Amino acid sequence: MRRNLQIFIFITVLTAISLYISLPSSIPVNLNLFGKQINQEIFVPPLDVTIFGKRVHKEFKLKKGLDIQGGMQVVLQADTAEIATEDKETAIESAKEVILRRVDLYGINEPTVTTAKMGEEYRLLVDLPGVSDPDQALQLVGTTALLDFRLQNPDLVTSEATYSAIAFFNQFERTNLTGKQLKRAIVQFDQQTNEPVIALEFDDEGKKIFGELTQQNVGEVLAIFLDDLPIAMPRINTPILDGRAVMTGGFDLEGAKQTAIQLNAGALPVPIEVIEQRQLGASLGQAAVEQSVKAGAIGIGLVMAFMIMLYGWKGLIADLALIIYGILTIAIYKVIGVTLTLPGIAGMLLTIGMAVDANILIFERMKEELRLDKPWRRAMELGFGRAWDSIKDANIATIMTALILINPLDFSFLNTSGMVKGFGITLLIGVLLGLFTGVVVTRTFMRLFLKEQRGQR
Amino acid sequence: MNFMKWRWLYFAISLLVIIPGAISLVLFGMKPAIDFTGGSLLEVQFTQIGQETNLGLSSLKENLSQIYELDAIVQSGENQIILRGKHLDNEQKNLILKVLSNDYGTVEEKRFETVGPSLGKELLTKTLTGVIIAAGLITIYVWVQFNELKYGVSAILAMLHDSLVLLGVFSLLGYFYGIEVDMLYVTALLTTLSFSVHDTIVVYDRIRELRGKYSKYSLVSLINIAVTETLSRSINNSVTIVIMLAALAMLGGETIRWFAIALLIGAVTGTYSSTFTAAPFLLLWEDAETFIKKKKRVNFV
Repeated sequence: MRRNLQIFIFITVLTAISLYISLPSSIPVNLNLFGKQINQEIFVPPLDVTIFGKRVHKEFKLKKGLDIQGGMQVVLQADTAEIATEDKETAIESAKEVILRRVDLYGINEPTVTTAKMGEEYRLLVDLPGVSDPDQALQLVGTTALLDFRLQNPDLVTSEATYSAIAFFNQFERTNLTGKQLKRAIVQFDQQTNEPVIALEFDDEGKKIFGELTQQNVGEVLAIFLDDLPIAMPRINTPILDGRAVMTGGFDLEGAKQTAIQLNAGALPVPIEVIEQRQLGASLGQAAVEQSVKAGAIGIGLVMAFMIMLYGWKGLIADLALIIYGILTIAIYKVIGVTLTLPGIAGMLLTIGMAVDANILIFERMKEELRLDKPWRRAMELGFGRAWDSIKDANIATIMTALILINPLDFSFLNTSGMVKGFGITLLIGVLLGLFTGVVVTRTFMRLFLKEQRGQR
Repeated sequence: MNFMKWRWLYFAISLLVIIPGAISLVLFGMKPAIDFTGGSLLEVQFTQIGQETNLGLSSLKENLSQIYELDAIVQSGENQIILRGKHLDNEQKNLILKVLSNDYGTVEEKRFETVGPSLGKELLTKTLTGVIIAAGLITIYVWVQFNELKYGVSAILAMLHDSLVLLGVFSLLGYFYGIEVDMLYVTALLTTLSFSVHDTIVVYDRIRELRGKYSKYSLVSLINIAVTETLSRSINNSVTIVIMLAALAMLGGETIRWFAIALLIGAVTGTYSSTFTAAPFLLLWEDAETFIKKKKRVNFV
C-alpha cells in the first residue's frame, strides 16, 4: 500500500509539472458569469527561477512544422563534381553555413538547413518558416556564394565611415583576388601562443596576386567579403610570397571555425540546383489544425464515453489515465522539441485511440478471472499480470514500425521526409506513454480507489 | 464457440474484398501523387469570382492548356482548386497566376509544390525498403516469440491480406474518384502493418497461454477458445481507434482526410484479419502438415 501511495504521489507531481509545461502561455477566458461578461486572458508565467545563483529561464513552446505555420521548403542538390573528394564535406558544410547566414540576414525566423548524403550526392534541405515570397527566397538560397578580397583605402578611413554604412563600404576597393584563387582555409593552433589561427592556401594564380598585394600594401587592411559583407579584416604585416597566409589574433576557437567555414564557402563554391520546392500558405495549415483539433476533441469525448459505458468506474479511471496521457504527451512534445506537423497531429490522435487498448485488454482479462469466481482484488491483479504479456509483445511490433518511420540513424535507404518522421515520432511517444498510463497509472489508481462493488461480477 | 468451423467463410469474405481491388490494381494500378512521379502542384483560391464565370473547370483547363500542360485540375474547396502537371518553375507559375487573375478575378496562392523526377523514384525505393524491413522484422519477432515458423508465416499472411485490402481499395478509389497515393499513404500502409500484427499477437499470445495450460487439446479447440476470449477485446479496441479516425476523416480537413481514411481501413482490416485470417491460417498450415505426414506413411510393399 505504501508503495502504491509513493507511485501515486509520483504520478501526481509528474502530472502537475507536465500540466504547467503543457499549458499555453496565455489562455483567453470568455464567459458569462451571473450576467457579467468576463473577457480576460490568463497568463501562465514562464519558468524563471534562480538555482544556486544560476538563472534558469525557459519558455516551453510547441514547435510548429511548415505545413502548419506556412512557409517554404526547398531541397537543393549540390554539384560536387568539381571538388576533390577530401574537400567535399567541408564544401557542403560551408554551403550550408552561407545559406543560413543569408536567410538570417534576410530576417527569417528559425530557419533550418540540414545536409543529407544520398549515395554519392549531397543535398541541402532548407526550411524557411513564414516565407511568402518564393522568388526572393529562392534567390537567397539558390545562388552560389561569392568571396572576394578588398583593400582598405587609408585615405577614406574617416570618422564618417564608423557610422555611415555607405561610407564604410566605400573605403574598401575591390582587388582581382577572389574566392576562386583560394584553395582552402583551415583552423590551426599557433605553436607559440596556442591560440587558434586560420591558415589560407592559394593556388598558383592566387599566390601571384596575393604576393603582389601584400608586397605593395604592408600595414594596410585586406578585408575579406562574403556576399558583399565583410567577414574578416586582417592587416598585412609582411609580404607573403608563397601563397600561404595565416590570420592571427582575436579568434576564439568557435570564431575561428566559423570564419574558416565562411572562407571555404568562397574557396569551394558548390553550384546548387533546386530539385524540390514546397510552399504552403499559413491559412491552409491553420484551418487544418483547427479542424483536426475539433475532430480530436469529439473523438476523445466519444472514446471516453465509450469506456465508461463499457466498464463503469473502471472506465472512468481509464479516462482519467487518458487525460494524464494527453497532458504528458504535450509536455513531452514541448520539452524534447517535437515539431508538430499535420500528420503528427493525426498520429497523436491515433495513439489516443490506441492508448486505451492496454486498459481494454486488462479489463477484459479481469472479467474473465471474475467469471472464474476469483475474488475481485485477486482478479484485478491477475488481469494486470496476464494482460501484460500481450500488451508488451503487441507493442514491440508498433515500436519497430515507428522506428523504421523515424529512421533515427538516418540510413539513406530509408525515408528521410520530415512529415513521415513527424508521424513516426508521435507514434513512438504515444505507444511508450500509453504503456505507462495504461498500465502503471491505471493500476495504481485502481489499487487505491476502487473496491469491489456489488453487481460488478 | 466453434469459430473455426466457418473458416472457409472468412476466407471467402476476405477474397470478396481483395479480388476486386486486386483486379483494379492489375488493370489500373494506383494513382501516384507528385511525391512519386515528380511534377508540380499549385493550389489557389479565388477571393472574388467574376460575375460571368463560376469556375467551370473544363473551360479553366482549356484556358490554361495553352501555357501549361495540365494533368489534372480538381476542386479542393469553395472557390479553391488544385492544378497538377509537369514540372513548373517559379516564372511559369507566376505566369499561370497572372492568367488566372486576368480571367477570374483575384487569385491567392495557397500551396505550391514541385518535386524533381529523380526524387520520386528514390522515394519509391525507400518506401519499398521500409515495408520489406518492417515485414521482415515483424516475422522474425513473431517467429522467435512463438517458437514456431507457422506463427510467423501466418502473421505475415495476415499482414499481406491487410496490405492487399488497403492497396486494392485505394486503387479503386484512384480509378473512380481520382484519389492519389502520396507519401502519407505509404506511412498509413506501414502503420497498418503494425496494427495488423498488434492484434494478431494478442490472439497468438492467448493460444500460446492455452497451449501451456491444456496441452492435450487440439489446435482447433485452442484457437476457438482463444478467439472467443479475445474477440470482445479486439472489437472494443478497434472501436476506440475507429472513433478517433472516423472523427479525423470526417472533420479533420482536406489535408489529412485520405490519410485518416487509409488508417481507418487499415485498422478495420487489421482487426478482422487477426481473428479471421491469421488464426485460420494456422489451422490451414496444420492441416497441410498432417496431410503431408499421412502421405509419407503410405508405402509400397
